[in-house]
Amino acid sequence: MEPALAQLAERIRAAAAAHEKLRIRAGGSKDFYGHTPHGAPLDPRAVSGVVSYQPTELALAVRCGTPLAEVETLLDSQQQMLAFEPPHFGAAATIGGCIACGLAGPRRAAAGYAYGGVRDFVLGAKLLDGRAQLLSFGGMVMKNVAGFDAARLLAGSLGTLGVIVEVALKVVPKQPVELTLQFDLDEATALRQLNTWGGQPLPLSASAWYDQTLWVRLSGSAAAVNAARKRLGGTPASEDAGSGLWRSLREQQHPFFEGATPLWRISLPPAAPPLNFEVPQLIEWGGALRWVGTRQPAAAIRERARQLGGHATLFRGGDHAAAVFTPLAPELLAIHRRLRTHFDPAGVFDGGRLYPELDRANSAG
Amino acid sequence: MNQHRIVAALRTVLPERCVLHREEDTRPYECDGLTLYRQLPMVVVLPEEERQVAQVLQLCHAHAVPVVARGAGTGLSGSALPHASGVLLSMAKFNRIRNIDPLGRTATVEPGVRNLAISEAASVHRLYYAPDPSSQIACTIGGNVAENSGGVHCLKYGLTVHNVLRLRALTMSGEAVEFGSTALDSPGLDLLAVAIGSEGMLAVTTEVTVRLVPLPQLARCIMASFAQVTDACHAVAALIAAGIIPAGLEMLDQAASRLVEPFAHAGYDLDAAAVLLCESDGTPEEVEAEIEHMSAVLRDSHATRVQVSGDEAERLRFWAGRKNAFPAAGRAAPAYYCMDGTIPRRHLAQMLLAIQAMERKYRLQCPNVFHAGDGNLHPLILFDDSDPDSVARAEAFGAEILEQTIQLGGTISGEHGIGVEKLDQMCAQFDRPTLDAFIAIKHAFDPSGLLNPGKVIPTLHRCGEYGKRHARLEQAQFPELPRF
Repeated sequence: MEPALAQLAERIRAAAAAHEKLRIRAGGSKDFYGHTPHGAPLDPRAVSGVVSYQPTELALAVRCGTPLAEVETLLDSQQQMLAFEPPHFGAAATIGGCIACGLAGPRRAAAGYAYGGVRDFVLGAKLLDGRAQLLSFGGMVMKNVAGFDAARLLAGSLGTLGVIVEVALKVVPKQPVELTLQFDLDEATALRQLNTWGGQPLPLSASAWYDQTLWVRLSGSAAAVNAARKRLGGTPASEDAGSGLWRSLREQQHPFFEGATPLWRISLPPAAPPLNFEVPQLIEWGGALRWVGTRQPAAAIRERARQLGGHATLFRGGDHAAAVFTPLAPELLAIHRRLRTHFDPAGVFDGGRLYPELDRANSAG
Repeated sequence: MNQHRIVAALRTVLPERCVLHREEDTRPYECDGLTLYRQLPMVVVLPEEERQVAQVLQLCHAHAVPVVARGAGTGLSGSALPHASGVLLSMAKFNRIRNIDPLGRTATVEPGVRNLAISEAASVHRLYYAPDPSSQIACTIGGNVAENSGGVHCLKYGLTVHNVLRLRALTMSGEAVEFGSTALDSPGLDLLAVAIGSEGMLAVTTEVTVRLVPLPQLARCIMASFAQVTDACHAVAALIAAGIIPAGLEMLDQAASRLVEPFAHAGYDLDAAAVLLCESDGTPEEVEAEIEHMSAVLRDSHATRVQVSGDEAERLRFWAGRKNAFPAAGRAAPAYYCMDGTIPRRHLAQMLLAIQAMERKYRLQCPNVFHAGDGNLHPLILFDDSDPDSVARAEAFGAEILEQTIQLGGTISGEHGIGVEKLDQMCAQFDRPTLDAFIAIKHAFDPSGLLNPGKVIPTLHRCGEYGKRHARLEQAQFPELPRF
């Protein structure tokens, strides 16, 4: 084991022996996400650097502490990108935090080869678990069915199973032409339109609806984008305005995200009807992601999301000591607990970041 | 529990027609597509409702009887091999499409629905289900979920894991669980990702919701010839480097072209050392631009002939040879051993040259026809199963290919699964702590360990023995089906 990794392992072993709790934290750009963290910070940023990048393999292996911006600059130099367009939420964002939080940006619901969230592009991962064992899941190849697909399980695991010290990702070519179109549409019409377009062979790579305006981004070859533009109509935005808009959505710097009202992330089937919360709302992912700023009680928000076939997360603001994520069905919680028991038997890592019950189970048993 | 007692118990929850126990009735279930391994199950059940599946599981759980679930039985690694003292749970009667939502672009189906039937049902809405394993006319979506099946189009459109949104399943104790949803994510750990490709070891799937995508308006295929195998391999890398993700990118070496041409009449260039099939799909404008771009890259990569399909009939003819390689191999030799490793693309040429050297070393032919774009190889070792010396040479040949696969940073299975076939090689690819983590995942979903025991994860003892035994040979059932 190389020194930076060995130090991390030693720290985990010591914490386990001392019944100490650790919270994995690199740049801290996503401190706000999940339940209120507990434990002494464990900074894995010394484990850093690109392990392997061969553009013709469409695969990148990188250590967890590598800044996300550095990864993207490297890929950009080869006209490639992370298909899931992850938010940074600050210059200090690392690739490890990006995978552990599992958050994807505007391109999540793109048509074609860029479709998918963080887990869809994970090919392999190395994990330092709660016993400080180094586990190696998956690999660097596109197709791999040897053993359970545990690498994908780590995307969005919020550090509950261990430190993701290295990740192998599938990367994709950047699309040569991008164009943003603007339409004046009310919410219900915009949702119907987005889902209708979603069923047609169009190079849609992002969408957003806010304040009676719908924007869609087309990405692809010049031929594909031009043909789609003719078909869809709408008003084209300038290149700068377009890229600025998608950046502001990805990083939540758009005016919608200003203010101190609790921000809810509501994930729904894309064709679900309007939430009808009578509060400001921003819609992404062709209707599948709805951001809502509201002080309504969590139970009412969750119930509405459940009725529509989805779930609601208290994303920013509000009370992060109370339930942040939609509670799990008892059978699923039991599976989570048993996974935790193996990967982190001493409860070193902050399982409560995801569900407080995961730590209570450990301390009880 | 003996057979008499378990049959009596099962008849309390199932109609008599759903419980098979006489040898002539259970014999058809003794193996899946990997026919080398055969095992009669104690009893076969064919439930007709989810409630009955739950009752069967509860009963087996209470009496500690192992359960092996099975779809169409077309799998190639023995994942559905029955357990001698267990129940074989056939999901064949769950063959209804429950719902197609054209606006939300999903299909919710029972696990016994055939892969192709989903696309056929969705086609009225100009939608389809993208993963297309070559056995798609027969294999079921439940089996695809168990194996994380791929197909020719997965380079661009992803594997089963990228196209299944939600599973409803029963745990070994008969409890209903849902993994994923028709939203794009779910709270908590991504259990859906682990359930897909788990070879029936974590839960029994009772309903699947898949994502449907728009049917491309047009697809065209390029057939390119190369004088050197290495040129063809470099062309694969050159296409990717040019920023192109073909809808399909497949290679046949000369031996494979010559094997399938008399059978399929696809029009392959038999003088070429390798033929690449490279497909573009999308709108007419996109396809026109992409075909032009692809053709230029292929010519720059020293293609000796570049032929573009003029119409749909010609495109299908180009593919016919590729899809019929399995039956063609069955005609060319008494037996064949199909490998399934994936390696990084940049090592393709090296691997193919190594296989050529092994052909001489083991005095056996090994045509190659494979998913070049994914680096997923399917060397077909032709041998004579009536000649023990030929069998031994084929075994050694296969073992050397797998060793080379791992050495090149690849994996021992790209899409056929581990099942019972590759348990030994799991010991070579993964270390003990990682294998123990697989055991823990199994335990987290199935604490009783009764669901499809003995598959995928080798025991400590088995890994100790690894190396002392030879690789097993694979022979296919349903030789008439197009494969991989």
